[in-house]
Amino acid sequence: MLPAFFVLAAMKFGGLSFTWALLVGLLVALLVLGLLFKQLVVDPILRHGVLPLVISTLGLALLMKEGVKEFYSAEAQGFPSPWGGTNLTVFGAVISAQSLVIIAVAIAAVGLLQWFLAGTRTGRQMQATAQNPQLARVLGIPVDRMILYTFLVNAALVALASFLVSPIYLAKFTNGELLGLAAFVAAIVGGFNQVRGAIVGGLLLGVADNFVAAYWSAQYRAAIPLFLLIAVILWRPQGLLGRAEERTV
Amino acid sequence: MIALVAAPFGLKPYGIYLLSLWVVMTIAAIGLNLTLGYAGQISLAQGAFVGIGAYAAALLTTSGWPLWMAFLLAIALSLAIGWLLGYPALRVQHHYLAFVTLSFATLVFLMLRNEEWLTKGVYGISGIPRPTLFGWAAKAPIAFYFFCLGILTLVSLATWWLVRSPWGRAFTALRENPIRADSLGVDTRRYTLMAFAIGSALGGISGVLYAPLVQFIEPTAFNLNLSLNLLLMVMVGGSGYFLGPFLGAAVSVLLPEWARFGSDALYLIMYAIAVMVLMAFCPSGLLGLAHRVLKR
Repeated sequence: MLPAFFVLAAMKFGGLSFTWALLVGLLVALLVLGLLFKQLVVDPILRHGVLPLVISTLGLALLMKEGVKEFYSAEAQGFPSPWGGTNLTVFGAVISAQSLVIIAVAIAAVGLLQWFLAGTRTGRQMQATAQNPQLARVLGIPVDRMILYTFLVNAALVALASFLVSPIYLAKFTNGELLGLAAFVAAIVGGFNQVRGAIVGGLLLGVADNFVAAYWSAQYRAAIPLFLLIAVILWRPQGLLGRAEERTV
Repeated sequence: MIALVAAPFGLKPYGIYLLSLWVVMTIAAIGLNLTLGYAGQISLAQGAFVGIGAYAAALLTTSGWPLWMAFLLAIALSLAIGWLLGYPALRVQHHYLAFVTLSFATLVFLMLRNEEWLTKGVYGISGIPRPTLFGWAAKAPIAFYFFCLGILTLVSLATWWLVRSPWGRAFTALRENPIRADSLGVDTRRYTLMAFAIGSALGGISGVLYAPLVQFIEPTAFNLNLSLNLLLMVMVGGSGYFLGPFLGAAVSVLLPEWARFGSDALYLIMYAIAVMVLMAFCPSGLLGLAHRVLKR
């Protein structure tokens, strides 16, 4: 939700064109949702445990929503999209260009992320940090910087998602809650420790959600992610593509 | 305690409504404190149990049944559902109860909204009557406030007794070190289930009081936001402390209203920042902070 409003603010208060505003929005998102979020919110609170962090992020969500509502607008704002409302006809089915672009960008982003994590040195260092931080430190990997990179990547992906989704749903301060919940469920269903798991989870969730809405019951469509979640937790708690993690006792 | 009894006199009806709302939310927060603070389980479904209690009360009382039957029904339903919900989730791993309760809360909201034949969906149930206790009608705001206060006193005494009993010690063992508790022979799964079921039952009781308080209920009031708010109340007040829920509910219900008079629009923003700062400096909540200050 927030990156879209960064772009809109850049266009309104800064007078920038859409492309420059996108860039500015991305940079501000990286700064605020990546760096500042890590330094100001996560670092001081994470050492107290996960639950205080959960409560803090609840407070942060409230802060962001109210901030946008107060300082920008409470109404839904149109978000420009470069490819408009053009439709393509493929084998008789009408598909909007928007949807195709979203799929293409998503696949490209995930492919890029996968290559970055597995192919580059920094990516492998990040994986090492995730698997065993202490040993990574011994090997000379700057662990804190790797964690920062994780937050920055997250901020970039979130900004990308925001730019792709806002033309369809309009930019409003209540955006993102449902999508965030769906993303969370998709990550768990797919498997927390695999990037591929996120794709599988997201795809499964999106397809199931829409098929149920179209062919079965539109009112209970929001229940599909939840049923998937419960099914995965009961029968495959590490996610569909995840690896089971053991705990030391 | 005397302050609580004397408080509503001299307040306008909205103030008395706020006090009664605080009482009702405290009961739900006490339940969540039992599950979270004493047994160490994260429940995101407390709001849903409040909703179940509220709809049970609304449906029964608008059909003419007395309120105490609604209490019984709500308690029975919440206990049963809490037990059934926790049973498969706890089989797997400790924190998966959080995810299952998250799903359950959203599911309950969906059912309340969609099953119009039962709950009248988004149109809600209105005209919920206030109870009559042995001929004393608790209809006026002050009278109903005292009724709620009475229920809160009963609930507090019951929880005090529970926490001091061997059950309470088992709960604490669960929270501190579940593996060690297991090796000592404490049936972790059953006690966790019990804590969760009792906590949920308290949520149901809170809902039964909520319905006659606001006299019109609709599904949106019981969605995930309520569960998250209750979690916030317990953490801010101090999870695991007996008086934590009282303080946390006061902060969540009353503080935004006071702050509203100061700065009209920014009060929620300041509230959010205050919560974040509190979590950064004292994650054991306000009572934890007081504890630390008094210890020195």
